[in-house]
Amino acid sequence: MTDTTAPSTIALRPDFAAIAQWIKPGAKILDLGCGDGSLLRHLRDTRNVFGYGVEIDDDNLLSCFRNGINVIQNDLETGLSSFESASFDYVILSQTLQAMRHTEGIIQEMLRVGKEGIVSFPNFGYWRNRMQVISGHMPVSKTLPYHWYDTPNIHLCTLGDFEALCQQCDARILERRVMNGDHPVNFLPNLMGMLAFYRFERRE
Amino acid sequence: MQDSKSVGVVTPQYVTIDKPLQLKSGLMLDSYHLVYETYGQLNAARSNAVLICHALSGNHHVAGVYADKEKSYGWWDNMVGPGKPIDTNRFFVMGMNNLGGCHGSTGPASIDTKTGKHYGASFPIVTVEDWVETQVQLAEHLGIEQFAAVVGGSLGGMQAMQWTLDYPEKVRHALVVAAAAKLTAQNIAFNDVARQAIMTDQEFYGGNYYAYDTLPRRGLRLARMLGHITYLSDDSMAAKFGRSLRNGDLSFGFDVEFEIESYLRYQGDKFADLFDANSYLLMTKALDYFDPANTYGGDLSAAFQVAKADYLILSFTSDWRFSPERSREIVKALLDNKINVSYAEITSSHGHDSFLMETQYYHQLVRAYMDNVST
Repeated sequence: MTDTTAPSTIALRPDFAAIAQWIKPGAKILDLGCGDGSLLRHLRDTRNVFGYGVEIDDDNLLSCFRNGINVIQNDLETGLSSFESASFDYVILSQTLQAMRHTEGIIQEMLRVGKEGIVSFPNFGYWRNRMQVISGHMPVSKTLPYHWYDTPNIHLCTLGDFEALCQQCDARILERRVMNGDHPVNFLPNLMGMLAFYRFERRE
Repeated sequence: MQDSKSVGVVTPQYVTIDKPLQLKSGLMLDSYHLVYETYGQLNAARSNAVLICHALSGNHHVAGVYADKEKSYGWWDNMVGPGKPIDTNRFFVMGMNNLGGCHGSTGPASIDTKTGKHYGASFPIVTVEDWVETQVQLAEHLGIEQFAAVVGGSLGGMQAMQWTLDYPEKVRHALVVAAAAKLTAQNIAFNDVARQAIMTDQEFYGGNYYAYDTLPRRGLRLARMLGHITYLSDDSMAAKFGRSLRNGDLSFGFDVEFEIESYLRYQGDKFADLFDANSYLLMTKALDYFDPANTYGGDLSAAFQVAKADYLILSFTSDWRFSPERSREIVKALLDNKINVSYAEITSSHGHDSFLMETQYYHQLVRAYMDNVST
């Protein structure tokens, strides 16, 4: 019943492609902080998933409507009480973790609601970021495009930091992918990677 | 202000349904009239019909204007029309006056052919479920087997939901605006005060005031004034009226002094001239009784198990009569059943009445959703 939407054009975004590779066809998905709904729409069109986006911003919500995806307006900081435990195959948090106040809370909620969680975030440990700090300034880059005074990013972390949080939250990391632009990074990922992707599940 | 996008001059149509209607109350109506309007063209596949369900005091006149009456635009003319969010260039849109109403469908003010007198107090209590049954009859009359969408605000939103529960195969999309899965105790309380205002009016005569050639105007006026307060928000009343005085100074009496008093009395008077008190009683009862979860032990998710439609649920931040929390309960039940649903909580200061307002973002959302509804 969404036959009037234009064809998906976001196959180009490498961070979406990285996430999409992990998604089994036909899966049930919750995309937290789904933005304009491009990822969910891409997954619907290419992986035949059923899903909902969660978004708080009005403009993004309208874009989701135009993209013809299911979206629920909700503040992630208040948790995911509308969603039953273990009711999704994947809960995705794409480049949103670093802007959240309740970082630990949302990881716990992802583990509760989803069989698996997928998180992506800009790696603060990327060497260019480190260089900017050494030169005496907060980093401004493609993945961190804000100044220190206007950034929504309040909880930046490195790969090592996130892995420690997973440990603390009883999340078992199933797979990690590190990217620099559209290239995968295997050598010194915490230094050479701009974007990090993790797939994890609750440790029983 | 109406723009050139109005559907233009419209004419109400009537149909008599002779198939007896078994009401939820157990009573039966042998036959009844329904008044309705349509806008746009039904396509050859008969697949582009959109049904608009009205709220407490609404009616079948959703859009357009009457040729013989200036400024008689429909109550949702800003939403329904050519190029409007519910686009009559794509959809065949219809509005119907609910059974028990007072705008042309059979109601308490109609003549009961069995007695030759007004139904009055003998008109049965009707429910949202009963209204859906009457609309099914109208749809059959028009040759519509399935609606592209059923749309409603407030009580009309409840009706849109009921459609998807009673006839899951007949509705592809439901747009449920500023509604609730059931009324709260506070909400029922407001309705009862409204009913008491009407029923304790000396001119009410147990609902048979027609026979006495009078109307319980004072009661209906009070009911409407109370209702009107609850449809607005504290902020919107403060912004619109504040503590403004009509004559600048306090007069130390009980006549109209504050602008808000003047406004409410005007609204009450206007309404009492146009609406039937018995219909008001019936509509408020239908609201009170609506509770699809009741037969499932209060489990709304269980009630929605049968549903097949896609849903758009909208609420307004300042609406305290049908608050966003109530809409989120509906959303939760839909999520539990893995049903396609989108939900927006629209920032608005206009209270419950927001759903009738022409605010840009609200209309953009409805337009974006309807654009993805296939015909």
